[in-house]
Amino acid sequence: MLYREALNRAIDEAMSVDETVVVLGEDVGLYGGSYRVTEGLVAKYGEERLIDTPIAELSIVGNAVGMAMAGLRPVAEIMTANFALLAFDQIINHMAKYRYMSAGKITLPMVVRFPQGVSRQLAAQHSESYEQMLCAVPGLIVLAAGDVNYAYHALKYAILSDDPVVFIEHELLYNKKGEVDPSESLDPFKARVVKEGKDVTIVSYLKMVDDVMEAVPEIEKKLGKSCEVIDLCSLNPVDFRTLEASLKKTGAIVIVEEDHKTGSYGAQIVSWAAEEMFYSLDAAPLRIAAEDVPVPYNRTLELASIPTPGTITERIVEWGEKNGL
Amino acid sequence: MNKLLAEEIYYEMVLGRLFELAAKEHYMAGDIAGFLHLDIGQEGFSVAAMKAFEKGDVFTTYREHVMAIARGMDPKAVMAELFGKATGVSRGRGGSMHLFDPSHFFYGGDAIVGGQIPNAVGCAYARKYQGRDDGVMVIFGDGATNGGAFFESLNIASTQKLPLLFVCENNGYAIGTKITRVAPFEKQAKKAEPYMVTMEVDGMDAIAVYEAVREAQHLIQSGHGPVFLEAMTCRYEGHSMSDPATYRSKEELAICKAKDPIERMEKVLTTTYGMGTEQLEALKARAQQTVDDAVAFADASAEPELKELFEDIFCKGCANV
Ligand SMILES: Cc1ncc(C[n+]2csc(CCOP(=O)(O)OP(=O)(O)O)c2C)c(N)n1
Repeated sequence: MLYREALNRAIDEAMSVDETVVVLGEDVGLYGGSYRVTEGLVAKYGEERLIDTPIAELSIVGNAVGMAMAGLRPVAEIMTANFALLAFDQIINHMAKYRYMSAGKITLPMVVRFPQGVSRQLAAQHSESYEQMLCAVPGLIVLAAGDVNYAYHALKYAILSDDPVVFIEHELLYNKKGEVDPSESLDPFKARVVKEGKDVTIVSYLKMVDDVMEAVPEIEKKLGKSCEVIDLCSLNPVDFRTLEASLKKTGAIVIVEEDHKTGSYGAQIVSWAAEEMFYSLDAAPLRIAAEDVPVPYNRTLELASIPTPGTITERIVEWGEKNGL
Repeated sequence: MNKLLAEEIYYEMVLGRLFELAAKEHYMAGDIAGFLHLDIGQEGFSVAAMKAFEKGDVFTTYREHVMAIARGMDPKAVMAELFGKATGVSRGRGGSMHLFDPSHFFYGGDAIVGGQIPNAVGCAYARKYQGRDDGVMVIFGDGATNGGAFFESLNIASTQKLPLLFVCENNGYAIGTKITRVAPFEKQAKKAEPYMVTMEVDGMDAIAVYEAVREAQHLIQSGHGPVFLEAMTCRYEGHSMSDPATYRSKEELAICKAKDPIERMEKVLTTTYGMGTEQLEALKARAQQTVDDAVAFADASAEPELKELFEDIFCKGCANV
């Protein structure tokens, strides 16, 4: 099953078990979604449950907040994360805060689907990652689907749960193939150990997990060490237990992310490691992130601006050698 | 309109279409990537609006190759930008959606729907403050008239009586969504009626567009405040190269194509201005040559150097600091 089909199936199943689930966004209905995630659903559930909205992101999220207040379970799609900036007032001031400000009297069972990341040559206004902003706001659950099975389970969970969730997808993953096991009971807040190892913990999420996995054989060969690879899956809250167990074993942490380095999400993970795991660490943590530049259109420059399997290998090997790993 | 101008508009329309057909071909060949939004079918509006608003600042969207060229930007540099080369107008960093040239008073190429509208309001304020009366034209699609910034801009521009021409290029669709599904009426000028003078023009008729834009520019130059012009157009292709446009019927498209702006202009040139087919063919051949040269230039140009990744983030060696 493709990643986009897994998302489609999650929405479909949630809609079939709970008639309060509605989907809204630009082109989500008749067109089937610009990444085909909602394809076929309007034929099944009708236009009252798949709402084609105008290009008005603030209202898409704002309306979803109101729907959720009134007892629906809206799944709002933002076509591309950059456009969600127009909705950040609703995401931060409303979606994240109403429950707290109302002393729990208001509950917002809603999801904002959030495709992001560097796709292929879409230039600076279509290429960003915003997990650092989202995770800086108390009151939002932030999930990052880098894996097909996780995408299915976590999205279904997010739709049927009572908390407001921002569900991050990566635009280059929609055609990724994977197995989905619907009978599994997957905990969306638990990090996924993609590969076990004993010398270095490499933490990542979304598409970078695949890039890390591509880099690992070469890294292991060059360093003569074994890598443990962890897909965080839930960015807020973070499964620190899994990280802690891994670090106790390996004593070394690398975080690989696609976002610009300054103020990035990975900085938070590394600062946790420094604060909480200092005595388990045998080496200074390493952060591999994108350059602090707007993402350029030209393919060579674009690739030079973000981590790739090649640069991930290079940086980790260099760091490993310097730290005597 | 005199013959020379009519001929020039025709030439630029043909050039625009051939340019885009070449861009389409090179997209499929993998020389161009990312989002490529073709303007085919809408050249009548794009070219005539640029020619009419000759002086003054222009803000527009990602569907802007034809406008950029009609504005005077070198087709070679535009094609090179689509190819992502160092010789491109944005040195390969912007691509198809981001063509800028302040020396031609052309400010993009913005890919955030409606995002350029408040910027144009600010520019119009600055122009008024600076005592320049050319005015500012901001172009956006029908889909951009449903966002908050659009309404905020109508309000601010009208209360401040800014020399701003709002132009809605209404092709009836925002990607796959028909405008009447997300707005209560087909013509978006209605939204501006409480704020300012509104006008409508057949966007498939280049001469009519030229005259309407001239008239609107005179109005905003006279100090009476902003004007809203709506041009009804058709795009023949999908929203971008990744859109198969299955939401539109063959019949609907055929009705569009029957109004083709280039063919229409050809008729005017032959009947009103007595041009012969050889002359038209010669213009077409010249346009094709220009496009071929642009492609050859783009193809032969170098990629940007790696160090360019870090250039132009901040202003180095600019004034006053
Ligand atoms: C704020 C924002 N939301 C969504 C998009 C995605 N998007 C790009 S173009 C487009 C449709 C715009 O339609 P319209 O304004 O009518 O212009 P047209 O493409 O028809 O010229 C959409 C939804 C975007 N670029 N920016």
